[in-house]
Amino acid sequence: MIPDLGRYTLEVSLAYVVSLGLIGVLAFFYWLRGRSVKRQLAEIETGRGKNG
Amino acid sequence: MASFWEYANPLKFMRVTDWLLPIVAVAAVVVTATGLIWGFFFTPDDFRQGATVKIVFLHVPAAMMAINVWVMMLVASLIWLIRRHHVSALAAKAAAPIGLTMTLIGLITGAVWGQPMWGTWWAWDPRLTSFLILFLFYLGYIALWAAIDDPDTGADLTAVLCLVGSVFAVLSRYAALFWNQGLHQGASLSVQPGTRMDWAYKAPLYTCMLGFGLVFLALLLAGTRTEIRARRMKALVARERMA
Amino acid sequence: MIALLIRDLRLALRAGGGFGLGLAFFLILAVLVPLGVGPEPATLALIAPGILWVGALLACLLSLDRIFALDFEDGSLDLLATAPVPLEAVVTIKALAHWLTTGLPLVLISPVLGLLLFLPADAYLWLILSLLLGTPALSVIGTFGAALTVGLKRGGLLMSLLVLPLYIPTLVFGAEVVSRGAQGLAVNTPLALLAGITAGAVALLPFASALVLRINLR
Repeated sequence: MIPDLGRYTLEVSLAYVVSLGLIGVLAFFYWLRGRSVKRQLAEIETGRGKNG
Repeated sequence: MASFWEYANPLKFMRVTDWLLPIVAVAAVVVTATGLIWGFFFTPDDFRQGATVKIVFLHVPAAMMAINVWVMMLVASLIWLIRRHHVSALAAKAAAPIGLTMTLIGLITGAVWGQPMWGTWWAWDPRLTSFLILFLFYLGYIALWAAIDDPDTGADLTAVLCLVGSVFAVLSRYAALFWNQGLHQGASLSVQPGTRMDWAYKAPLYTCMLGFGLVFLALLLAGTRTEIRARRMKALVARERMA
Repeated sequence: MIALLIRDLRLALRAGGGFGLGLAFFLILAVLVPLGVGPEPATLALIAPGILWVGALLACLLSLDRIFALDFEDGSLDLLATAPVPLEAVVTIKALAHWLTTGLPLVLISPVLGLLLFLPADAYLWLILSLLLGTPALSVIGTFGAALTVGLKRGGLLMSLLVLPLYIPTLVFGAEVVSRGAQGLAVNTPLALLAGITAGAVALLPFASALVLRINLR
């Protein structure tokens, strides 16, 4: 299944791992920040609802 | 009458992207995975470059997006400066880290590719140099956003920086071209693996380009939604403090 | 406006030795490089154009935050913004004052440093000319960076990050003029491009700086 990359195995797999890793990390951070901001906003909005 | 500008209304934007974002995200994953798997497993080795040709499916789309994201930020900054739509400014803010990552991927895959092909990780080739400069511009833009507390001031200042920076980025591109030709006549290294590319490579490459575009769009929508929420939160907190 | 220029010049000359700082930095750089690279005249001559240009760039950068910071703190910048003189003119005067106190001395001292770095004799004329043409662009671009970061605490480091990439075209063409001059090649093209960048920057950037300054003073 895995294609034979010959003597460039390290280079090609490194490029793929690093690139996908970077995109993955970026997406993860966007998701993480989005979740925390969403939760904080919800807290503030419900808090306001109770007070006034 | 439905107009494009309606989506500049944050509420409308949130409502539309609420169902649009999952679709785009799934499409992004499917298309990118298709393109990369196609490119990685089902393309022949190049007779000259061997298996390293498979890096093209990451390198070219990332490099393309690195430039396109900056152009998108430029357009969004102009819209913000002229029409004062908050979504536009926040979209530019959300786009910058994606552009930075794309530039970084372009640089890293280029280095990994350059090592076996040219025998060096890095060369002061005009193209490579321009990308490094673009990377610096992204860094400056993000740093300025991060340094300013007031969101509207930040949006204004970064928008002006984006405009001025664009002019200087283009100037730097030509300066780099001029500079290297001036020093080493005719010793330029081409990044493109030849102009006549076979369809066996082209088809997965185009798929990857589309996939990277969709990945950007999905992250952009998600990031902009977050920024809109953060902006609203800031406004609420400020209002409460005033009351 | 003349009064403003004179006031700025006097402040720069007086305020805590800010005037000589850039020059001293330029000199130190020209001393440090041979110490780091080695005293080989051939090597130094080869890298002298680049070192001198990079040194001028950094020396310029060093004094940028003084352009607006003092006036911003004591509120006179607000007065200037509401004065009958257009803010664009104020910004231009500020850039001019910065150039007169930083750029021009750098130009004048550069032949001495060229001597220290074994710059080839053919290149002196081009060194002075390119710095004379290029440093106004450095001041104007720097004024834009200073205007962007005027309201920020510890904006200095951020400003370097913003301004240095903008200096790249000026640096490339300026250093190219000198190194071509050193090799006895024709310098017309980079010289024209350098002049073009300076002309464009001086003509257009004050508008961006004034715009940014108004935003910051809002």
